[in-house]
Amino acid sequence: MIDEGRPLFVQIAESVEDSIVDGSLGDDDRAPSTNELAAFYRINPATAAKGVNMLVDKGILVKRRGIGMFVAPGARAALLAERREVFGARFVQPLLDEARALGLSPEDLVTLVRERADVPAPAPSPASAPATTPMEGLER
Amino acid sequence: MTVIEVQHLTKRYKDTLALDDVSVSFEKDTIYGLLGRNGAGKTTLMSILTAQNFGTSGSARVFGEDPYENARVLSRICFVRESQRYPEDALPTHAFRMASLFFPNWDQAFAEELIADFELPLKTRIKKLSRGQLSAVGVIIGLASRAEITFFDEPYLGLDAVARQLFYDRLLADYAEHPRTIILSSHLIDEVANLIERVVVIDGGRILLDDETDAVRSRAATIVGDQAAVDLFVTGREVIHRENLGRVASVTVLGDLTADDRAALQASDLDVAPVSLQQLVVRLTQHAARGAAKGDPR
Repeated sequence: MIDEGRPLFVQIAESVEDSIVDGSLGDDDRAPSTNELAAFYRINPATAAKGVNMLVDKGILVKRRGIGMFVAPGARAALLAERREVFGARFVQPLLDEARALGLSPEDLVTLVRERADVPAPAPSPASAPATTPMEGLER
Repeated sequence: MTVIEVQHLTKRYKDTLALDDVSVSFEKDTIYGLLGRNGAGKTTLMSILTAQNFGTSGSARVFGEDPYENARVLSRICFVRESQRYPEDALPTHAFRMASLFFPNWDQAFAEELIADFELPLKTRIKKLSRGQLSAVGVIIGLASRAEITFFDEPYLGLDAVARQLFYDRLLADYAEHPRTIILSSHLIDEVANLIERVVVIDGGRILLDDETDAVRSRAATIVGDQAAVDLFVTGREVIHRENLGRVASVTVLGDLTADDRAALQASDLDVAPVSLQQLVVRLTQHAARGAAKGDPR
């Protein structure tokens, strides 16, 4: 699960953020300690500490003296906002690039997404060209 | 705080220069990886720091003192070496008993846990142990001694993947509870890459790299794509490795990639592949060897 491309401490911070985003760590919950993270990911405790400190600086975790690290109130909402903001660039753009290389149109993608998500397509209308409009909004 | 300070240390054997004007320091409570090829000078450096050998010139200070015949220093350091010799009829119990007398921080309960973890037979003479069991004796002494500075010189010979993982896990867990300076020399660079906070690479008796592991990871990148585009991008950069497959080139360059670099790479449809610590060390030592072959005055 650790990849070589990005600094380890950033990946550690992201793993904690993932737990906050998916709800397994709620507001005010105790976050894993530096040593717990180090043991779990089999990394140097100093690296784990760097990741944790990054989250403290970002306001995601708060340090309570003598007790440990806790999830800051509102951390999940802040992370969701942050991730939604980069969603287009991080996920939709690569999807569009690969689709273009394969000759799939944005409309094809919309159909695929609907199929996968099991959302019924809107009732076909003779002028169904506006299907592209939502995609254009996401293109950067 | 610095616990080891090496200055201009040179070690000359008859016709070989094992250490060539080495200056390096090691900080308190840090795990170091001391990496390099066979014969690079790793063991020579560690044996001088542990008073088992002398430098030809220069100085090596441990806790601010000369380690040679210095009990104050030696009881605070532990050297686990691959070729450790034990008395003829010694049992593992004898080796542990000796260690418990010598090292003031020895933890007998921890040693017993480790003996159980490594399934070490205590009633077999050490010279009858398998290669892996012999390594386990050294690893147990290195961990349970909790010396302020512990050197592990290729401690894993004969240990299988499961036993090595056990060693890494116990090392990390115990280090978290009892921080100390660990200097781990290893060929299995990818295995230890995440454990070590700093990397010291030694090659041909010289220090080639001395940096934080995290910083080292971003020191190089491999650019992959159309040969002409790759060549254009790497012009003026320090290339440490190059491979071609048909029209595709894969070139490893030193130096951080800036945001502009990344934009340029994307614009010319080039991919960036990360370079693992092991790849970087291999490439750097090969690169240094080529530099030396080109007439570096040595």
